[in-house]
Amino acid sequence: MSWWKPADVGFAVRSSLADLGLGARLFLRLLGPGARSLRRFALVRDQIHFLGNYSLAIIAVSGLFVGFVLGLQGYYTLQRYGSGEALGLLVALSLVRELGPVVAALLFAGRAGTSLTAEIGLMKAGEQLSAMEMMAVDPVQRILAPRFWAGVITMPLLAAVFSAVGVIGGYVVGVLLLGVDTGAFWGQMQGGVDVWRDVGNGVIKSLVFGITVTFIALLQGYTARPTPEGVSRATTRTVVTASLAVLGLDFLLTAMMFSI
Amino acid sequence: MPSRRPGFLISFPNASLASTDVVEFRNVSFGYGERAVLDGVSFAVPKGKVTALMGASGGGKTTTLRLIGGQARAQHGQVLFAGQDIAGLDMPALYAARRRMGMLFQFGALFTDMSVFDNVAFPLREHTPLPEALVRDIVLMKLDAVGLRGARDLMPSEVSGGMARRVALARAIALDPELVMYDEPFSGLDPISLGTAARLIRRLNDTLGLTSIVVSHDLEETLRIAVHVVILANGAVAAQGAPDEVRHSTDPLVHQFVNALAEGPVRFHYPALSVEQDFGNADGGRA
Repeated sequence: MSWWKPADVGFAVRSSLADLGLGARLFLRLLGPGARSLRRFALVRDQIHFLGNYSLAIIAVSGLFVGFVLGLQGYYTLQRYGSGEALGLLVALSLVRELGPVVAALLFAGRAGTSLTAEIGLMKAGEQLSAMEMMAVDPVQRILAPRFWAGVITMPLLAAVFSAVGVIGGYVVGVLLLGVDTGAFWGQMQGGVDVWRDVGNGVIKSLVFGITVTFIALLQGYTARPTPEGVSRATTRTVVTASLAVLGLDFLLTAMMFSI
Repeated sequence: MPSRRPGFLISFPNASLASTDVVEFRNVSFGYGERAVLDGVSFAVPKGKVTALMGASGGGKTTTLRLIGGQARAQHGQVLFAGQDIAGLDMPALYAARRRMGMLFQFGALFTDMSVFDNVAFPLREHTPLPEALVRDIVLMKLDAVGLRGARDLMPSEVSGGMARRVALARAIALDPELVMYDEPFSGLDPISLGTAARLIRRLNDTLGLTSIVVSHDLEETLRIAVHVVILANGAVAAQGAPDEVRHSTDPLVHQFVNALAEGPVRFHYPALSVEQDFGNADGGRA
């Protein structure tokens, strides 16, 4: 086994810095000039339809089952302290503050993020992005930016759907199966969930996750090597990187929001 | 009598273009990493004619087109398009220059999520404020010029390779460019499609008043439609001139190329150790 030579270290640092710079520049181009794509809203609308509609089924079904499980596990714990009526509050807070944004973002990375990466990567491999450049159309503006903004808009909506369906799941298990009082279930929830502190936190989280997941997916597609192998690797990297980023950011955001 | 109106012309041929050469390479060198692809290449593309850029695979032909389009920058020398140095342009100026070029990629590079019609309409919708009715008429005219007016509703996955390239050609000429670049327009086509494509390139060039650069290694078809031929070999210009001059050139490189000889100045073998070093001792015995 040979030790790393100083030149190798230098090369590794330089190429990581170059990658970082490339990513940062792309991010700024998406945020700044890319925001102009919001004015051609038809492009963004089509992508919202694509990203949102096709993720809806998996988000809703997952939300329902997560709600079921929350109902069961929550009831099991709360009942020990004789406070089974607080189940509605527990289910709603868990979903709105935490599980809704996080699980929806993870599912979004797997469902929509991968398809974004593969789509962009294959467009690159088919020289479609080069062709667009040669037609004097900037692919970052025309292809990447609408997808980015669509992802940012879609993510909070999907997280909201996830939470709403999850609450219904908790209701089905808690009230209909386990016999928690209906009035207590909804009443505790209504009294205990604050629009700004709790729902607001969730919305901020899902916005941040939407930016993160969509940007990672687009960056991986845009920088993929234009070969079948390169696109498949980029797709894998999207899921891994986006999932880790979501979980890491979730901890940071939660810590920050508790301290406010 | 009312004066004649220009009809559907969107961009007029640039009257300020004083030079008769649309593209000029001045001592251009370019390489990927250590490997030099072009080394001191100089040639000119005369206005209004079909110029063929020929040479063996890997000889820097596609790179030449990328340099003209500003997708790569020359490391030495100048690439002039309409008198401007492409490498010296900033992004808006480069995009303005690209609007005056059309490029046909090797396999068409059609947008796979759009129909044939939308592919051809794409540059018009992106760059002009034309109403949709007018876009429709222009698109159908361009598709008609390549014989595919009836294929407007097909998706790129539903057309053959030859048709895809013709659609890409219609897209490349949608904005009436001054220069159209063809990257290997004949590779992988059957003889009928090949002949059709070649005649189409020449016909469009002459009727629309374009300047065309055809990158190809298909000798017969290319020499038939070209007016000016540039042969690149080993990173340099081996010959340039009219097709007949090139065909009868005595230069060994050009002779090898136009007669399709395996051995000659263009090496058959990729650079390697000597045969003796690889297979045995230099003095003939086994190691």
